[in-house]
Amino acid sequence: MAKTKLKTGAQMVVDVLIDEGVTMAWGVTGGAILPVYDALFLNRDKIKLFDTRHEQGAVHMAEGFAKSTGKVGVCVVTSGPGATNIVTGLADAYMDSVPLVAITGQVPTSLIGTDGFQEADVVGITRSCTKHNYLVKNIQELPQIMRDAFFIARTGRPGPVLVDIPKDIAAASAEVEIPSKPSIPLSKFVPTPDMSQIDKMAELIKHAKRPLIYAGGGVINANASEALYKFARKTNIPVTLTLMGLGAYPASDRQFIDMLGMHGSYRANMALTHCDLLIAIGSRFDDRVTGKLSEFSPNSKKVHIDVDPTSIGKNVKVDAHVLGDMRFILKDLTKKVGTKEYDAWYDELDGWNHKHPLAYKQDPKGPVLPQFAIDEIYRITKGDAYVATEVGQHQMWAAQYYKFDKPRRWLTSGGLGTMGFGFPAAIGAAFAHPNATVVDIAGDGSFQMTLQELAIVKEHELNVKTIVINNKFMGMVKQWQDLFFDKRYASTSIPAQPDFVKLAEAYGIAGYRAETSKDTTKVLEEALTKKGPCIVDVVVDAEEHVYPMVPAGGAVKDIVLSKAHQIEKMIAARAEKGPKKINQVHL
Amino acid sequence: MRHTISVLVNNNAGVLSRVSNLFSARGYNIDSLVVGVTDDPKISRITIVVKGDDRIIDQVEKQLNKLIDVIKVVDLTHEDFIGRDLALIKVKAEAHTRSQVMEIVQCFDGKIVDVALKSFIVEVTGKESKINAMVELLSNYGILELVRTGEVAISRGKKVHEEEEKKVKVKAGKAGQSNL
Repeated sequence: MAKTKLKTGAQMVVDVLIDEGVTMAWGVTGGAILPVYDALFLNRDKIKLFDTRHEQGAVHMAEGFAKSTGKVGVCVVTSGPGATNIVTGLADAYMDSVPLVAITGQVPTSLIGTDGFQEADVVGITRSCTKHNYLVKNIQELPQIMRDAFFIARTGRPGPVLVDIPKDIAAASAEVEIPSKPSIPLSKFVPTPDMSQIDKMAELIKHAKRPLIYAGGGVINANASEALYKFARKTNIPVTLTLMGLGAYPASDRQFIDMLGMHGSYRANMALTHCDLLIAIGSRFDDRVTGKLSEFSPNSKKVHIDVDPTSIGKNVKVDAHVLGDMRFILKDLTKKVGTKEYDAWYDELDGWNHKHPLAYKQDPKGPVLPQFAIDEIYRITKGDAYVATEVGQHQMWAAQYYKFDKPRRWLTSGGLGTMGFGFPAAIGAAFAHPNATVVDIAGDGSFQMTLQELAIVKEHELNVKTIVINNKFMGMVKQWQDLFFDKRYASTSIPAQPDFVKLAEAYGIAGYRAETSKDTTKVLEEALTKKGPCIVDVVVDAEEHVYPMVPAGGAVKDIVLSKAHQIEKMIAARAEKGPKKINQVHL
Repeated sequence: MRHTISVLVNNNAGVLSRVSNLFSARGYNIDSLVVGVTDDPKISRITIVVKGDDRIIDQVEKQLNKLIDVIKVVDLTHEDFIGRDLALIKVKAEAHTRSQVMEIVQCFDGKIVDVALKSFIVEVTGKESKINAMVELLSNYGILELVRTGEVAISRGKKVHEEEEKKVKVKAGKAGQSNL
């Protein structure tokens, strides 16, 4: 890349994108970004730029692309409102460690700080929701910044990087060599593993009688799923996954004991409480997993494998930890451990599962249960679809009932919990995998936050199936109101909805509706096997709750297994505390 | 516990804001923060005094290390180090108290840098506790205005960040301009 021809800043940006292997990007054009769009247009044979209807759509599409491929997702937007519209997506990517490079136009250098038209302090606004960001002040430094942006985004714990480029710098020309290497050392992001800690872990594993692997999204980001599989199979240790980790270990494997956490299975949460060694891999002891910290996994020694030093000991103290490339660490640890039988431990796990399995009962004559609809999606797609979700009840049911055997199939907003994420993320995945079936399991509330991107699925005839689990409510919040606010439905009812079938028709794509379980099966079979975009409106029972549920800030012993169980608990609590006492809730 | 943390950073635009933002975003309290150039104009040193338990200080160090522009973080608290504050104190000094104020200033190795009809400006450097003591004494005479820097600190004997500084050619006498 050692060419030193006179070229524009915009061309330098495009040259680095091409060199970094970028083949597609998403965005909305505008004044300040125009020179970059022009350069992208001139190179449209190498990089496809897809115009979205809203910048939030663009950034979530880049996320969907990145999550489903492991590559860096790119979005390109203009200054001011263009840039502020991607802030939610950046925060989402930052929380869920998604590698992104966001390129934003900025007003010309001479206007910066003058409150110019469409000016915003974008590096200031995005400082706390990006891994790093740059305001380019000089064309000479532009190529190195672009190179570094990609390196930072993908290396170590991935994350979003923003490059803010003033219009005059994009339009100016200079002779600058495009550097082939980043200016930051690898060691900044990937620590060298401390081998003695790996030995210590092997020793702890050797003596454990009830060990448990608790793996998260970090395993997927590190491309360490296979290494995890080999480690788990060799040691015979049961595996539970976090919401972000689904797919990191095959759900159909006999050692897999479901998701853990707030809406994890009874078995997984009991395992967490009763294990004597907890092996955390690429997970971060999030509050949705730990619940009440003082009662979190009280009987276990804890070890932690991760790439990010700040994750170690942030919420939970551990007895040993190794930092570095998880693939390498797991391979080495696998060599150092033997095979053991844990018959008594597995019997216990099975016992918990038989006692309270993840289950639902669909009455053929009754209203459609959301769990049933998701089970049907799983059955019809043979567990092989890319599944995006929005945020809420449908997301948790999808996590419980869609079983993932492969990593990077599950696209969900875990950390930030961004409603409106799923649909554009599904679109991003569909661009990356044009022959695959991509399903957005949506809630009626969430879908309405970004459904303007229906135009994109039509324009590109993408194989995106939006399945609206429609209960005419912000269901998860309603569930909390049912449980903790005496059914006062403040702002959760959605009485006025579009007719989703007609909405589909308005955009020129197929629309279906199902109101019975029989219809649901029929409609889903047609919608999911026919190629092309569609919306399926599945009208479900609004009274259904997500269970199990460990209430926020609670411990596993507070787990609620069903509505009946909840009522029992409430009556008991009232008798104990008196009727006036209102439960304390932290959302 | 009170910790003095020394941070070497690239002298890039926005660094100070990244560091201070980290503290506010994560709810850590800064007692004081001082920033200035080092012998290399490309590198600045930020000295931060922060209070917190071990878990918080551990997170502070790790989170600082994660910032791209941070070169090195050292918690000086565990080392033998010299820490100094500077204070400028405008204190009332009227005819009958003048000599007493001067005596106190002398005791604390301070300097009177400005003399007005009814007040002095006193300059003093030293440990935080020494300055606190002096301020307390002078307050009996009436402090009109007080300016204090935060603590700057350096470890004894060897250089704090030997490794990094070895790589850097020391440009003696050339003071860098801070872009912070």
